[in-house]
Amino acid sequence: MKRSASVTALIAVAVLGIAALCVWSTSLAAAVPQTMEVKIDNFSFGPTDLTVSAGTTVTWTNRDDIPHTVVSTDEPKAFKSKVLDTDEKFSFTFTKPGTYAYFCSIHPKMTGKVIVQ
Amino acid sequence: MSGRTTKPTQDELLHDHNHDGVDRRGFLKCMAWAGTGAFCVIRGGVLKSYALSRLPEMDPKEMAGELSFAQISDSHMGFNKAANPDVAATLKAAVDKINGLAVPPEFLLHTGDISHLSKPEEFDTVDQILKSAKPQDVFYVPGEHDVLNDDGKQFLERYGKGSKGAGWYSFDKKGVHFVGLVNVLNLKAGGLGTLGHDQLEWLEDDVKHLKHSTPIVVFAHIPLWSVYPEWGWGTEDSAQALSYLKKFGSVTVLNGHIHQTMQKIEGNVTFHTAASTAFPQPQPGKADSPGPMKVPAEQLKSVLGITDVNYVRGKQALGVVDSTLE
Repeated sequence: MKRSASVTALIAVAVLGIAALCVWSTSLAAAVPQTMEVKIDNFSFGPTDLTVSAGTTVTWTNRDDIPHTVVSTDEPKAFKSKVLDTDEKFSFTFTKPGTYAYFCSIHPKMTGKVIVQ
Repeated sequence: MSGRTTKPTQDELLHDHNHDGVDRRGFLKCMAWAGTGAFCVIRGGVLKSYALSRLPEMDPKEMAGELSFAQISDSHMGFNKAANPDVAATLKAAVDKINGLAVPPEFLLHTGDISHLSKPEEFDTVDQILKSAKPQDVFYVPGEHDVLNDDGKQFLERYGKGSKGAGWYSFDKKGVHFVGLVNVLNLKAGGLGTLGHDQLEWLEDDVKHLKHSTPIVVFAHIPLWSVYPEWGWGTEDSAQALSYLKKFGSVTVLNGHIHQTMQKIEGNVTFHTAASTAFPQPQPGKADSPGPMKVPAEQLKSVLGITDVNYVRGKQALGVVDSTLE
């Protein structure tokens, strides 16, 4: 009896441990940062439309010789970068699903979209 | 036609513009690319453009008038990429060119993009360089590069003394009415330059009481005509602004932004864009984007420049002269 009780206890500990491990690994998976890149080249955002899952961080990199910005068209603005000179970057993490339209406030013909699922 | 009888050559643009300068069917369009440089004179309603290389042949009397001024534009102080690693030197060259004009201009107009990144030191450098210009009066309007990050606050503090709203204003010189407009703020996604309701209302009121014979010079950064909307080279509500100027016999519109010279005559209005003192941009649609155009170093000064404008009283017309920095 005594022996089987300790075995039961061991099993219980093991089960708990596995469960804890599962919870830990699940949260770990959720915390693994998803990142996506948008290149600013030749006065355009590439890709123009980007679909990501919630929690994704999108990084824009300006590869033009001319400064650009990344500014949400929503009011209030969901995000707004400072002016990005050549090779400067701007990152934003999209936590909520939705469609986020944005543009370059210096060259408003430059527009793009991030679709968060 | 009046004016000098010079045989047109390939690089000369000659237009027979009706002498009253108003009655137009359609419009005349003339483009003079900065690569060649152009010298333009309007007299008695006739617009003549000469290749800059012919400037030395010109009779200095043709350049003389009761009022002359020079336009500089798009200095982009702070820009240091391959298209022009030394924009301070080319601005200085522009100032030297102005100082060397046979008829010293009375003042300068800077049609925006003074700085590249709106940094205080960039504005300081331009101010410092322009101190060596013979004309000490400089009238500015902002470019989009001058109002980054602060919606134009710094620009207003530096250059907007006595201006209205976001920096628009008018002044009179020897019977010519000058209007400086701001069309680089509150730009909307997918849109063009914008003047906005308040500024339009002000403009309507500003010119309301002027005589129809008053020559008008309007200057703003982004072209007030549709040069190439695909690249944002136009102003959404410019038609409204121009409608207030219809009654005037002579209207000259000076812009920058597109880093090349271009002209168009439409009715009573002559549109003119100035070259940049910093770097050239491609012709509309001739490249993937309007980004800086890299040209061999020895050619750079031939695609940068200044614009010299003469007003001859009684003619009600302005002569517009583009000079490259060579």
